[in-house]
Amino acid sequence: MDKVQDNRAWFLIIPVFLIVAFSAILPLMTVVNYSVQEIFGPGQTLFVGTEWFGKVLADDRLHDALFRQIIYSLAVLAIEIPLGIVIALGMPGGRSAKTSLTLVLLALPLLIPFNVVGTIWQIFGRGDIGLAGATFRALGINYNYTSSPLDAWLTVLVMDVWHWTSLVALLAYAGLQSIPPAFYQAAKIDGASKWAVFRYIQLPKMRGVLVIAILLRFMDSFMIYTEPFVLTGGGPGNSTTFLSQYLTQMAVGQFDIGRAAAFSIIYFLIVLLFSFVFYTIITNTGSGEKK
Amino acid sequence: MATIEFDNLGHSYHPRPSSPTDYALRRLSQEWEDGKAYALLGPSGCGKSTLLNIISGLLVPSEGRVLFDGLDVTRCTPEERNIAQVFQFPVIYDTMTVYENLAFPLRNRKVPEADVDRRVRQVAEALDLTADLKKRAQRLTPDAKQKISMGRGLVRSDVAAILFDEPLTVIDPHTKWILRRKLRQIHEEYRLTMIYVTHDQVEALTFADKVAVMYEGAMVQLGTPQELFEAPRHTFVGYFIGSPGINLMPCTLGGDQAIVEGISIPLAPGSANGLPNHELPKVGAKFELGIRPEFVELTRSGTAGSIPVQVVGVDDLGTSKLATVRMGSHTLKARLSEDQEIPLDAAIRFPTRWTKLYHDSYLVN
Repeated sequence: MDKVQDNRAWFLIIPVFLIVAFSAILPLMTVVNYSVQEIFGPGQTLFVGTEWFGKVLADDRLHDALFRQIIYSLAVLAIEIPLGIVIALGMPGGRSAKTSLTLVLLALPLLIPFNVVGTIWQIFGRGDIGLAGATFRALGINYNYTSSPLDAWLTVLVMDVWHWTSLVALLAYAGLQSIPPAFYQAAKIDGASKWAVFRYIQLPKMRGVLVIAILLRFMDSFMIYTEPFVLTGGGPGNSTTFLSQYLTQMAVGQFDIGRAAAFSIIYFLIVLLFSFVFYTIITNTGSGEKK
Repeated sequence: MATIEFDNLGHSYHPRPSSPTDYALRRLSQEWEDGKAYALLGPSGCGKSTLLNIISGLLVPSEGRVLFDGLDVTRCTPEERNIAQVFQFPVIYDTMTVYENLAFPLRNRKVPEADVDRRVRQVAEALDLTADLKKRAQRLTPDAKQKISMGRGLVRSDVAAILFDEPLTVIDPHTKWILRRKLRQIHEEYRLTMIYVTHDQVEALTFADKVAVMYEGAMVQLGTPQELFEAPRHTFVGYFIGSPGINLMPCTLGGDQAIVEGISIPLAPGSANGLPNHELPKVGAKFELGIRPEFVELTRSGTAGSIPVQVVGVDDLGTSKLATVRMGSHTLKARLSEDQEIPLDAAIRFPTRWTKLYHDSYLVN
């Protein structure tokens, strides 16, 4: 077949290209531009090359924040993914009022604005008036998220679990609902145990949605900002200061635009890298041909 | 292997069924022999899947009992009944290899690994899966996947029965034919009780020793393929089995004669005696005369006992001819041999042996 040159295709691509350019590429390029300059004020800039990148990479506070961030994201995944699956397995199936009610109840935390979630937990955990905080105090447990780093960490984690496990559960539930009943009947006839049904039918069939759940929860938790900011403000000390918050302090608090820009680019690359690694690992495990 | 018995079995999805039409499966008492191949045949929604699920134990019937070898298993699970079932769409365990898939039912039952290996290889051999044993099941074609599903049913040597729920739907016609032969061979070799649900008459007739035809929740006939062909007990059987189906004409009765639009057609002597309670035909009771196209004789006018007809069309089917004739206001089909001449002054005869009388759709005999 002869190749036909047809330039009309460009008319179809250009609008998309423009939208992407204005929404993603241009803002990103601005950041790249800032990251190689020292900015003293409007119009007063000095080209500094890769100096900011060197400084950011050598920053100890950033290393601490990154380490904290990785631990936090892994903890979020380790709790929310299994918990979400367990909830999905326990949810009623079919089209009944019970199903609808469960779905609505599960979706509720997802509908609450992030800073409201932070405020809810801030009050909930307070020792004087908060339901949880006061209960702990009454039980004699010394709980105070404003002074104990461990308590602050636990509170932030529990808050995230409360806020986002529903998402994992709903995704896993959608995956479970797509399994034809014949699979369960066949497994029953094959004499499969409950564990075998989970291991060989439910888990493999949920894989697609779980990849999405893991990626979403990883990226979101890696970029978390609002809730810990409202709840603990990054404290006590720097114990709950995650990457986003450190970045904001740098860019808005200290107005260190050039350094913050270099930081942003590194941050972006880290998220990209981690997501890529996760995606590759999950899509390759279990699907490869056994040699 | 087991004898399967239905004792006053019926099922309705309604909480309080009142009329017969509320039943997905109407009252049924029957015994199915051990080691035979049965087919459940009927259009969609006729109740065949309901009956199959009751046999397999996936559904508890609302009425009556199911007995395996005389033992009441009505409320037993599929596992307790020790049956195997193959579903319409391939059910495979994606993350396992073909070998592991076939071994799964045995390993779940803690069969010694040496026996597992022997059985798996035997079944793989029978289903031509040996070359694929080490492959991951997910990567195979739909018909190979369905072979695995079948293999998982066949791998257990001690099952009471193997149930097939339209297992060849996803398979291409040629492979369908091969697989059906394979099943037939396996049946003859191991003498397993097999129950095969299908809506395809060819599949049912070639596979089974006995075919149960279902219609609107009722089992209208259970018989060998020959019985279904020669003596359909219900007009639906006549219509559903055979291609084309039976010729039917509304008629009235006069002694041993059926009268169709004033034309008398002789019936086998005593045909009308089989009427329920020898009652005189009730007003409104419907009589029909039925004869298969294969048994209609086409001759010249004037032959003794013949009725003149008008030939409307002839279809040459390669191995036989199918004539469409008009008798009064009725159109009939007649199957003729390839070399038979069609006379200009055509007439048809109804051999009494093959001319059946139906009363409210049921055969009178």
